[in-house]
Amino acid sequence: MKARITVTLKDGVLDPQGKAIEGALRSLGVDGIASVRQGKVFDVELASADPERAKATLNSACERLLANTVIEDYRVDVI
Amino acid sequence: MKSAVIRFPGINREDDAARALRLVTGRNAEMVWHGEGELPSGTDLVVLPGGFSYGDYLRCGAIAARSPIMEAVGVHAKRGGLVLAICNGFQIACEAGLLPGVLMRNAAMHFVCRFQHLRVERADTPFANAYARHQAIKVCVAHGEGNYVADEETLARLEREGLVAFRYCDARGNLSEAANPNGATNAIAGIYSENLRVLGLMPHPENLVDPLVGGIDGRGLFESVASALVEAA
Repeated sequence: MKARITVTLKDGVLDPQGKAIEGALRSLGVDGIASVRQGKVFDVELASADPERAKATLNSACERLLANTVIEDYRVDVI
Repeated sequence: MKSAVIRFPGINREDDAARALRLVTGRNAEMVWHGEGELPSGTDLVVLPGGFSYGDYLRCGAIAARSPIMEAVGVHAKRGGLVLAICNGFQIACEAGLLPGVLMRNAAMHFVCRFQHLRVERADTPFANAYARHQAIKVCVAHGEGNYVADEETLARLEREGLVAFRYCDARGNLSEAANPNGATNAIAGIYSENLRVLGLMPHPENLVDPLVGGIDGRGLFESVASALVEAA
């Protein structure tokens, strides 16, 4: 079983990297982009085939290491 | 005074910390590998040094904060032991939950390496008793992720309870935008735990202990720890 974890900055947390990317897109002439926020994606392979157990494992992985919940939100998608 | 300096993979200021401790206290620090499960018995002070543990992968300090030794450091802190967390060590301490908040990318995106003045916010602590309140001390900074951020409630609590240890300032002790190297909230350069026994700071006091490199204002921090431990003994 595979899963994708997406970690993004919480609303209101300053994202200088996103801002720099936003500026670079503008200077490339890519029009129509209002703002950019940078995040992280983790593709995970799971030993278990049980989706409930997999979700529990992945939530624990996010809480304990993959996301810093002071500044970040995470989303788990089993695929 | 027994000090333990923790060595994480990718750390590079551990010898600077050990040297400062030796210069000021006259005693060698024990170097402890991060994979150890225990601190040397009788450890008074744990130093989490600066550097780039695990190449700053994932988030600065995130992986080192989950090292085996960090459980022992947590126990040491809980029973009132002293912890000095410098630069990457501060990031590790925040990631480990020893201190609140997080160090984000510098607001101007640049790695900043320069001399830096700090205002000592209070002098009645184990780490600052050799200084005077609101004294401006000259140390240095060298980091890309030192922008201190915490939620509003945490910030209010830090301010209310006097847990801000140092603020970025100019040579006269004045706070200003120009004096803040990374955009840290409220110019926060360092904070204490509630019991004042854990100090985390982005600047490097351990590098300003020898006149050869431009000043000795960093010595006071190590002198403070030494005299706090003598008093407690």
